[in-house]
Amino acid sequence: MEGLQLFLDNFADWDSFVRIWPLLWQGLQLTVLLSIVTLPIAAAAGLLIAILYSFHHKPLNVALLIWIDLFRSFPVLVLLILIFYGLPFLGLTLPSFAACVLALTLNNSGYYGEIFRAGIEAIPHGQREAARALGLHPLKIIFLVILPQAIARVAAPLASNSLELVKTTSIAALVALPELLRSARVAQEQTYNPTPLTAAAVLFFVMLWPFARWVAKLERDMLKRQR
Amino acid sequence: MSPLLDNFFNRQVLAQYGPSILGGFWLTVEVALATIAIGVISGLVLAIVRALRWKPADIAIVVFVDVFRTLPQLVVIVFLYFGLPYADIQLSPFAATTLALGAVLAAFATEIFWAAIQAVPQGQWDAARSLGLGFLKILFLIILPQAIRIAVPLLTNRAIAITKGTALGTAVSLPELLGRAQSSMAIAANPSPLTLAAAFYLLFFVPLVVASRWLEGVGSPRTLRGRH
Repeated sequence: MEGLQLFLDNFADWDSFVRIWPLLWQGLQLTVLLSIVTLPIAAAAGLLIAILYSFHHKPLNVALLIWIDLFRSFPVLVLLILIFYGLPFLGLTLPSFAACVLALTLNNSGYYGEIFRAGIEAIPHGQREAARALGLHPLKIIFLVILPQAIARVAAPLASNSLELVKTTSIAALVALPELLRSARVAQEQTYNPTPLTAAAVLFFVMLWPFARWVAKLERDMLKRQR
Repeated sequence: MSPLLDNFFNRQVLAQYGPSILGGFWLTVEVALATIAIGVISGLVLAIVRALRWKPADIAIVVFVDVFRTLPQLVVIVFLYFGLPYADIQLSPFAATTLALGAVLAAFATEIFWAAIQAVPQGQWDAARSLGLGFLKILFLIILPQAIRIAVPLLTNRAIAITKGTALGTAVSLPELLGRAQSSMAIAANPSPLTLAAAFYLLFFVPLVVASRWLEGVGSPRTLRGRH
């Protein structure tokens, strides 16, 4: 009993929590902001890569595949450190928020690009031919015929990747952007106990858990459909 | 010399800090291998325990999986390293990083193995049972070999994705590749060490990413392609 009390006093101390809540709340807002700014940009970049790929122009496709695999191979934190600490040596200094958006976008353009590409490639060629025979404009073929089917097919990896992107925003803490994790570390220096870390972990969990459950369900459904 | 060459490919700096960064690369490889070993083995064990369908274990495993699948890797690493000392558990940077990444991979691996076990048609169980095989024999001789084959492409992707998290160890001052490059950069006031580290990361991960692309093409329908 005493051990449990000691544990709670340290890891879940209510007074500490109340004191540091304003800081955590600011951090949480910044985490959400970083996510909702980056998600659409990265997804659009990936979609653009996939659409360009679908024209099957050989040299272009080689370049696109190199782009995709290069950015899927680069640990995103390494990319962020290069952008934030490396670029200033070339006279280009980005604020930490912009550096994070750029690193996450480059990294995820590879992931989203590969996912959209796989979805588009999985649509039978007859669909494209039929649409062309009906006289549809090439852009209309892509946006009205191919993409709706392709996106439905890769809904699970799309959702999974988006969840990973939101989780990855926490690396912003390492370039001093006061998002949720960073705020918790700063708060910890005021409370001298790990309650802020527990609170940040709980906040991340509460925010992301429903999404994680939904992703898991989409993945299970996909696996079942494909057996 | 042009500013680009002088800053990012400075030969003098590279020669001076190269050996230290190479040391960091080997540490990165060690963390990666330890993470994969911890994650894949515990994931397989937990999935097998789930297959026994014993309620209390089921609940505990689902909670474990949900927690570590949902929390960002960096949050887990930071919690283990900066939080646990208050419970009188002081982990080394290496232990904190491998345990955290291992736990995250274990959560995903459990989910993948369990889904794969369930994806083996019920008829396989029925047929094996009608041949008089016991539960464990059916599980280990009939179901798991098929399930593991289903799991491999998804698991490879996940393992690569999480292994890339080794760079996060730098947050708890693990002297791995990125950490060494950053401190060399600070001392030399020149980012060439970072270029070298980036090259090492690509050397390590590009073959894995390309191999997994090939593995997916061979092993599974196209749309299974997920995150690497």
